[in-house]
Amino acid sequence: MAHPRAGLSRSAVGWALAALLPLGFLGVFFAWPVLAIVRLGLREGGVLDALTSGETWRLVGFTLGQAAASTALALVAGMPVAFLLARADVPGTGLVRAAVVVPFVLPTVVVGLAFRALWPDGGITPIVLANAFFNVAVVARTVGGLWAQTDRRAEDAARALGASRPRAFVSVVLPALAPAIGSAAAVVFLFCATSFGVVLVLGGSRHRTLETEIYLRTVQLFDLSGAAALSLLQFAAVLAVLLLGALARRRGETALALREHAELTRRPTGGEWGVVAAAWAVVVALLVPVVGLLVRSVSTSDGWSLDGYRALTGTGERGTLAVSGVDAALNSLRTATDATALACVFGVLSAVVVVGLRRSRAPGWLADGLDTALMLPLGVSAVTVGFGYLVTLNALPGDLRTSPALVPLAQALVVTPLVVRMVLPVLRAIDERLRQAAATLGASPWRVWREVDLPLAGRSLVAAAGFGYVVALGEFGATSFLARPDAPTLPIVVARLMSRPGQLNSQMAYAACALLMIVTAAAVLLIEKLRVPARTEF
Amino acid sequence: MTGLTVRYGDVAAVSDVDLRVADGEVVALLGPSGCGKSTLLRAVAGLERPGGGRVAWDGTDLASTPVHRRGFGLVFQDGQLFPHRDVAGNVAFGMRMHGVEREKRAERVDELLELVGLGGYQRRRVTELSGGEQQRVALARALAPEPRLLLLDEPLSALDRALREQLAVDLARLLRDAGATALVVTHDHDEAFTLADRVALMRGGRVRQTGPPELVWRRPVDAEVARFLGCGTVLPARVSDGVATFALGEVRVGDANGDVPDGPVRLGLRSTALRADPAGAITGEVLEQVHRRDHVRLLVRVGTAEYEAVAPVAAAPAVGDPVRLSADPDGVAVLAGS
Repeated sequence: MAHPRAGLSRSAVGWALAALLPLGFLGVFFAWPVLAIVRLGLREGGVLDALTSGETWRLVGFTLGQAAASTALALVAGMPVAFLLARADVPGTGLVRAAVVVPFVLPTVVVGLAFRALWPDGGITPIVLANAFFNVAVVARTVGGLWAQTDRRAEDAARALGASRPRAFVSVVLPALAPAIGSAAAVVFLFCATSFGVVLVLGGSRHRTLETEIYLRTVQLFDLSGAAALSLLQFAAVLAVLLLGALARRRGETALALREHAELTRRPTGGEWGVVAAAWAVVVALLVPVVGLLVRSVSTSDGWSLDGYRALTGTGERGTLAVSGVDAALNSLRTATDATALACVFGVLSAVVVVGLRRSRAPGWLADGLDTALMLPLGVSAVTVGFGYLVTLNALPGDLRTSPALVPLAQALVVTPLVVRMVLPVLRAIDERLRQAAATLGASPWRVWREVDLPLAGRSLVAAAGFGYVVALGEFGATSFLARPDAPTLPIVVARLMSRPGQLNSQMAYAACALLMIVTAAAVLLIEKLRVPARTEF
Repeated sequence: MTGLTVRYGDVAAVSDVDLRVADGEVVALLGPSGCGKSTLLRAVAGLERPGGGRVAWDGTDLASTPVHRRGFGLVFQDGQLFPHRDVAGNVAFGMRMHGVEREKRAERVDELLELVGLGGYQRRRVTELSGGEQQRVALARALAPEPRLLLLDEPLSALDRALREQLAVDLARLLRDAGATALVVTHDHDEAFTLADRVALMRGGRVRQTGPPELVWRRPVDAEVARFLGCGTVLPARVSDGVATFALGEVRVGDANGDVPDGPVRLGLRSTALRADPAGAITGEVLEQVHRRDHVRLLVRVGTAEYEAVAPVAAAPAVGDPVRLSADPDGVAVLAGS
């Protein structure tokens, strides 16, 4: 509600103070470690060298190029699926909804391995395909979410005025979807540009992006200044993309009239069947690597076998691992639980503060700024963050560097933006007058949150926790850096197994991947059962 | 309310409004859309901060009382029911906030649902209700915590006409039965006159006239108010013994007690002020003719001027026909202060 007078109200000041909490968390567990790494690099000099070297700019070119190609591919593949989810009344749509999301939450290492099962030599094509594979869900869900809430009658009106179907799509539907498409493209680009596990597994040392190069330079070459320079570059690019995304989101941010889905879906006619067929083709294509991985996990040179799964109780061929696969799996579950709990508390708190700031009389840039800051961890190399932890966190009481809390904290940082993006839009869409109705009935501001906002956002929160859990389960970048050798998570174990020779090792890796994938798929299907409103930005 | 002003930026949506609502009284804020009546209501509820003046209850200034402690119920145009609660949960919400015990709550929910004609709807989902039912639930919800003052913001305007007329009558009965003190915002005269003991007419952020509905209807304060109340034409006249003489003849405007003093006045003519009447004193020519539900509307030229008139459906003159007209007291208002 616009307020009559300028100046800060008490509630605006309160919200601004509350904003310090998420900002403080971000400051200690994100900004500080990242800045420390950058400073470390700057102090050693050589940043200028790195920035002027042709090699660096080739890396930048490849990073952006593969991200652009992957984004374009994800958009092309995602749009028909978005149409299917939002507009078409055909059986099996629920299945498609779940099938599309599974790739998004699959551990990057798993995806990398799945594509390597199909392209044993790696290369640029599988990198682009794998990145797009991940992100079709982002496009389909973000665009489909808005599409499902766009009034179909505008399109009907255009058709009645003589526009052909494609013409109506281009002149009416596409402009209405532009904010969602822009927002999805920005997020996908970000994911692809900073994608780590996939590029590492499929690109090796031949095809390197900024993200993997930072890792290689830090871990293998100890070239901190080079890594810092690259981090700076990456950070700048990410910030630019985030700002573009925020602009797109703001344009899309109108109060919604939540419509019944049924009145919007129709049985496809004519050319629309072509779009539906394309959507199904995309879904089938998405399933190919998944099935390939499952097949690979049970096939050996001697035929079908469950050896890989059986070997998970051990430590691999010639003791490749410090702990058994089962122990690693249990550790994964524990760590992901802690990380999810942390991310939910922090993410909900952040979303509440952002919405509170918007509703109060606080200046708009404060809410926008916090909103964007919360997205930053998505775009900064997890490797940088992980390494930053090692450099800085000894300054905190109770040396965190050796604490088992370190990995959950890092994973929570990765998961939090996801929670925010899923909870925030729902909170934002709640009609202010609904809250006012509660207030006039005697509910204090705090009670309004408890009685109106939280119940309405409840299902989204549960879904966010579910997604957060599987993402934490599969997190690789930061975890690979921080997990102690005696307490690895399953993705770390997979990477380690793949890097060592031995058929049993690779068999075990594929089996572990299959397990991760099954857990992930089960979680996603459960979440789909919740029937959360489609209005999420992932 | 005393000298109440609400500003959006530099624009005063409500300026310098004085209004009193007595215990058990229903006052309607009537005015065209954009006249500031909803803003005024929101300021009373505590949802807008007044830029000047004060809102007081029993002499106590409410400026520092937040919305949830004012004890004012509010009904929105479109219900705004809580979608995650069933009908009973919605109605009981306010009582829960006030710590009413469970059994008492259930009892009062039953009683209120009975009152609004939705007995047995307790466990229904609010999303499955029709617009009219939703609005009844919203009313029951607002009444449940026994508010000191009930604020109704265009409570019926989201409904279709037949339902609106029915609900307006129900609502008037409900408010009287409940003995509620209420402030109703509406742009619909019929609604205001059906519901209210007193009407406050707003235009341009100011209250232009207050009084009982009948008086406001028959004695609008000036030509602008008269026009909003449907008087398309304003003509000068002279009153003598309660009968006004004007360009189109004579019409009785006062009662036997002489409530309209003799002398010059201005008359506001509604579209029903002139009726086709074979015994009428004036002759005109029909220019246009439109069928309405229960009458025919005419546009008639008398001399050089054009006037609206009505005719019975059975005996409607055709376009081009001559027609005789007489003035009907029910369609004529006397502008006060004229």
